[in-house]
Amino acid sequence: MSDGLRGAFIHGRPALVAYVMAGYPDRAGSLDALRALVDGGADLIELGVPYADPLADGPVIREAADVARSANPGGFGLAETIDLAAEFLAEMGEGAPPLALMTYLNPLMRMGLPRVAEAIRSAGIGGVIVPDLPPDMAPMWLTVSSGIDTVFLAAPTSTPERLSKVGEMSRGFVYCVSTTGVTGERTELPNELATLVGRVKASTTLPVAVGFGVSTPEQAAIVARSADGVVVGSALVRRQHDAGELRALCRELADAVHGVV
Amino acid sequence: MSKMFPRLDEVYTGPDENGFFGPYGGRFVPETVMPALLELTAAFEDASDDPSFQEDLSDLWVDYVGRPTPLYQARRLAEAVGLGTVFLKREDLCHTGAHKINNTLGQCLLAKRMGKKRVIAETGAGQHGVATATTAALMGLECAVFMGVEDIRRQSLNVYKMKLLGAQVIPVDEGSGTLADAVTAALRHWVERVEDTFYVLGSAVGPHPYPVMVRDFQSVIGLETIDQLQGRGIEKVDAVVACVGGGSNAIGTFYPFVLAADLFGSPELVGAEAAGKGIDTDQTGASMTLGTPGVMHGFYSYLLQDDAGNPLEAYSISAGLDYPGIGPEHAFLKDEGKVSYEPVTDDEALEAFDLLCRTEGIIPAIESSHALALLPRLAKRLGPDATVVVTLSGRGDKDIDIVREAGLGSE
Ligand SMILES: Cc1ncc(COP(=O)(O)O)c(C=O)c1O
Repeated sequence: MSDGLRGAFIHGRPALVAYVMAGYPDRAGSLDALRALVDGGADLIELGVPYADPLADGPVIREAADVARSANPGGFGLAETIDLAAEFLAEMGEGAPPLALMTYLNPLMRMGLPRVAEAIRSAGIGGVIVPDLPPDMAPMWLTVSSGIDTVFLAAPTSTPERLSKVGEMSRGFVYCVSTTGVTGERTELPNELATLVGRVKASTTLPVAVGFGVSTPEQAAIVARSADGVVVGSALVRRQHDAGELRALCRELADAVHGVV
Repeated sequence: MSKMFPRLDEVYTGPDENGFFGPYGGRFVPETVMPALLELTAAFEDASDDPSFQEDLSDLWVDYVGRPTPLYQARRLAEAVGLGTVFLKREDLCHTGAHKINNTLGQCLLAKRMGKKRVIAETGAGQHGVATATTAALMGLECAVFMGVEDIRRQSLNVYKMKLLGAQVIPVDEGSGTLADAVTAALRHWVERVEDTFYVLGSAVGPHPYPVMVRDFQSVIGLETIDQLQGRGIEKVDAVVACVGGGSNAIGTFYPFVLAADLFGSPELVGAEAAGKGIDTDQTGASMTLGTPGVMHGFYSYLLQDDAGNPLEAYSISAGLDYPGIGPEHAFLKDEGKVSYEPVTDDEALEAFDLLCRTEGIIPAIESSHALALLPRLAKRLGPDATVVVTLSGRGDKDIDIVREAGLGSE
């Protein structure tokens, strides 16, 4: 059993939330990637579950998921991802940063919600982020997932009432989606981002991490001025085939977010 | 005047406020589009209660679509399949050649009412794309249609029609390049452009309120059929049949019959789903026969999926039926035992296509041919005096290349 995700946000400075895809480029490669993120200074790891119909993801993450599913004999899905996380967390022991699974809902449903909750708990995984499970639909999961931090997403389109709901129901942190659209690198951050982060912060007592479209250390540093955490996905996944490159970018991002540079 | 579109939910329970029919349905979508779905639900409910909206829609159905569509007694077909009486509900005679326009007119009127100037749609066979492009032209809306590359190949006539009608066709080169990939691409695009764009979904699938909205707009099919049967003094109907892709022409046909279950001696309601190359192969689209409950495209229903919960690629000769899921209300009706669903192979559909051409001089859509293919089976089960109604959801012009490739009409 883990202590959830809160531990990533207690250092008195913004946190780097780093996303990689499980099973990409293969199982061993993704285990190396997880180690590289730890070396690179990530405060929280988001581990993506390869899925065939990733509605909220852009091309980089989609492609990584396709490779993971086809490169590993027998496929790579939720069960394999939980197993990978368990191995990684056991290896790291006390030094492991909190880890959240990023998975679409159907793999959870397919395994059976109570069973998957048990597997997540015993692997020591701190939380889950399920992009196609809005708070309105979540009770069926929340009733069986005690001890697991379920992170809900706040969007630029969320109304004040919905932001309150997200803020109240989230555990660990609130994931603020920077723009409408899917994950992926973008050259510019939206102008109104700080205002959005302010609105989300006002709706919750939890830390607020901003993701979608943050890809460079410069952007990460800007986001870290208003947010408690910065999520970087596609930019890291693009380097995931090479643990050295991945570690280097993660380090730059961590320094930028932590205010070292 | 045709019937106003129905508010029949006093009689029939479901869905609940989150869009669940029993366990099926819901709104499993990213938060970004949740506010839009809630707004759409409210706008749809408001429009449903507004007689002027219903009147506008009714007028378009009558003057623009050509409703009511005929209920045609197909005597030579009945004789050929060994049934007493076969009625065809002629949705193929709708403007644009299929039932899809019943729904696009409703949704685009709603889009205008909500102040949206741009619509998007997904399409498989291209019928929903053409219907949306047509309606957008009629109403002065900007229109983009997502279509899989494989479907662009097999339905080139409809692709060209959409372009003529001023719509942009956006090719989707992911997965198998078919209907399910087009829905995913349209949903992704909607997540990005949700603030100025209305998503016109073409079947009784997707997150709430789409399944209910599409059902209500398509129920004109079943309501007219009931009216027309009564008008002819028909007292007994043994079965009512429709093909099922996502399930819009079928739910529009069945729903009024489910509500009025005591009429016509409670006919059997049967959906024909695509078996593709057969339900014992992996080249199939038979989500009811082979699927298990799961979430895809924002709703929970029967789904073709692997052990890890990945939706599988569906196959059918028909670009309108190769969808790995099925509308949530159908899943509910199946579990309740109110409707049964039977798989029909490509070959059976082609045979039925051929038969309708030769016996009645009607060229059916390959989708609709799946429904026709149930007739010989029903004849065996129900006997030679039975009366069966078939919804002929569309006409077959778009499928000429496919059936030619399959060798029909060669002698
Ligand atoms: C003529 C025709 N019938 C049926 C369908 C299947 O859709 P649904 O099940 O929503 O009626 C299509 C879809 O493209 C179609 O074009």
